[in-house]
Amino acid sequence: MTIDETPRGHASGGETPGMAKPRSGARDLERYAGLFARRTQVMKSSAMRDLMAVTARPEVISLAGGLPDTSTFPAEDFASLMTRVGVDDAARALQYGPTEGLNEVKDPIAQVMAAEGMEVEPEDLLVTTGGQQVIDLVCKTLIDPGDVIIAEAPTYPGAVPVFVSYQADVVQIEMDQDGMRIDVLEDNPYGMLRYEGEPLPTLFSLDGGEFVIYLGTFSKILSPGIRIGWTSAPRPVLDKLNLGKGAADLCSSPLSQLFVRQYFADRDWLAYVRELTGVYRRRRDIMLEALAEHFPREATWTRPQGGLFIWARMPDYIDTTDLLARALREHVAFVPGRAAYLDGRGGSEMRLNFSGVGDDDIREGIRRIGEVIREQVGLYETLTGKARPGHSRAAGDRGGQAAQAGARQRDPDAPDARVLPLHRRTG
Amino acid sequence: MRVAVLKGGDSLERQVSLRSGARVEDALERLGHEVLPVDVGRDLVDRLTADAPDVAFVALHGRGGEDGTVQELLELLGIPYTASGPSACMRCMDKVVAKHALRDAGLPTPDFYAFSQAAFEELGAARALPAIEERLDFPIVVKPAGQGSALGIKFARTAADVPGAIVSAFSYDTKVLLERHVAGRDLAVSVLDGPDGPEALPVVEAVPHEEGFYDFEARYEIGRTSFICPAELPPDAADRARDVALAAYRVLGCYGFARVDLMLDEATGELSVLEANVIPGLTDTSLLPLAAEAAGISFEALIGRVLELAVARTPA
Repeated sequence: MTIDETPRGHASGGETPGMAKPRSGARDLERYAGLFARRTQVMKSSAMRDLMAVTARPEVISLAGGLPDTSTFPAEDFASLMTRVGVDDAARALQYGPTEGLNEVKDPIAQVMAAEGMEVEPEDLLVTTGGQQVIDLVCKTLIDPGDVIIAEAPTYPGAVPVFVSYQADVVQIEMDQDGMRIDVLEDNPYGMLRYEGEPLPTLFSLDGGEFVIYLGTFSKILSPGIRIGWTSAPRPVLDKLNLGKGAADLCSSPLSQLFVRQYFADRDWLAYVRELTGVYRRRRDIMLEALAEHFPREATWTRPQGGLFIWARMPDYIDTTDLLARALREHVAFVPGRAAYLDGRGGSEMRLNFSGVGDDDIREGIRRIGEVIREQVGLYETLTGKARPGHSRAAGDRGGQAAQAGARQRDPDAPDARVLPLHRRTG
Repeated sequence: MRVAVLKGGDSLERQVSLRSGARVEDALERLGHEVLPVDVGRDLVDRLTADAPDVAFVALHGRGGEDGTVQELLELLGIPYTASGPSACMRCMDKVVAKHALRDAGLPTPDFYAFSQAAFEELGAARALPAIEERLDFPIVVKPAGQGSALGIKFARTAADVPGAIVSAFSYDTKVLLERHVAGRDLAVSVLDGPDGPEALPVVEAVPHEEGFYDFEARYEIGRTSFICPAELPPDAADRARDVALAAYRVLGCYGFARVDLMLDEATGELSVLEANVIPGLTDTSLLPLAAEAAGISFEALIGRVLELAVARTPA
């Protein structure tokens, strides 16, 4: 389950309505339900998943994605780089490659890591199929069922099913990890996407590679479609990861790796990252502006200095999973906070993506979400008698009535102010 | 026969519907029918007109497919279809309407009060909440009137929980239901029509794994609830549960099949009906197929019988 890192139209069950379903393996799976391994039974099939499936519909403005904007990559550049790979290296691009990755792609990786203040030798690197594979390999290599994984809270929702499928016990902590003496997996896909403030040193650079397993990816600085990530880890761990990777997929695509090499050789990758950073900074600012305009004052949100997301927190009485169901009726989507926690926290939070949607859709999406939040805030205030005229749109529109509806104490210990006489129903 | 299997759609239960539909298609093929899978969308009428199926198997769940909309359309097109007609669908999709009908007929259902959003916003219904809380006692179950899955169902333990629970329920519908919580055993009785009229299948009990705690979502999560069929009940209680379910099926005007959810009060031993589903799930983990199997009716036989009933209902 990758709730949100999948382009729309390809989410689970994303058939086009009205299209006949071809005979496929999906139906056969039903028949073999009894054969699934025991560990798959802990994979949740929850109502939230059904809800998230709806967010992929084309009419929905989805701020639920985690997608970089690939439209900023010039198509002609892509074509000419691929042509170069084809002309110069067709045989190697089409052949299996070494499990640890092609040497030529390790130089670009070293450049990216150097740009973030890390020094690394080519032999300390393992090229992987996206950053996601590193999470899987690390779990496969280090986690026995019942082992404890300490994860940041909130965490990357795509990591949750990996942890769950290896039957780990996950403890989530608010991240401030001075003094942790454990193996650390540092997942750093957004380090280069910095909009303001001083770049933060990576844990890997601070630790000198002693306990930290570093995870990097080209997904956010070049393209997620090429599926190339990497890891650098203490040598004994790296050897195990290498064995695990060989078993999983032999090697990552040499075609993709050679594309990366060609790109770094022929183009100014830092200029492209700067361009992307400019686009995302603008979109972040548009979203921040829209939030200030449309969200009620009961809501708070982060002002991220990097990355692709803003986290917003609603008042405790708003459940963002239910709010999503309401928002989907207005054709707008976000990720409910609960998806990024494994312990039921985050119920009033939401994750909003600003990288994968155009400027106008960001404004319109935030406007629509703001409207449904105001509706719920207004309704809550009507229910609790806290409504103030003009305070939020829903309550404000009905000003006097909403305010009059009040007079009710919400403190459960306090005696209720007034009880209306109602006829008790019979039966 | 050429059988159109209607599935998917755009309700929140689309995923379950696709799985129900896929399994129904398999069974129909094994029964020798020609299957036309239809993922319900804007072109539904065009497709049904062009393909002209002999009968439609409705494997839709939730809004649109289970609330009478599609059934009304099939009536209009003159295509025989499985399970209940529009009026029973509308009655069952709206838990408030269903509960009123049950109570009017003298069938037991937990005490409840229902309100529209307008009642709170325009008629000051909030001031009636203390009286409701007093009548129903805590905990109170708060539900949207018309949502088929566990989404939006909240458990209010104190008065402070009630407003938030109501706000959540209004995310799904413009009408919500505050219902007395029945502490006890969670039963489901599937009813299947036949040549001799409807019969109640063996009782299924949902047993949550975590004792003393009931998260409504747990019911739908693999590994957090066990379903036991036939439920381990005293014979008398099982018979009463089946009688009550059958009576509810008749009162609500269901046809073909339906699943009636009940609670068995631990303290008093009394049964009460929570709701009826006119198109219960038909996946490999669903309760109707489980109950049918316990009664010696295979999935193919179940699907075959429901299809025959559909054809029999409409004069050729």
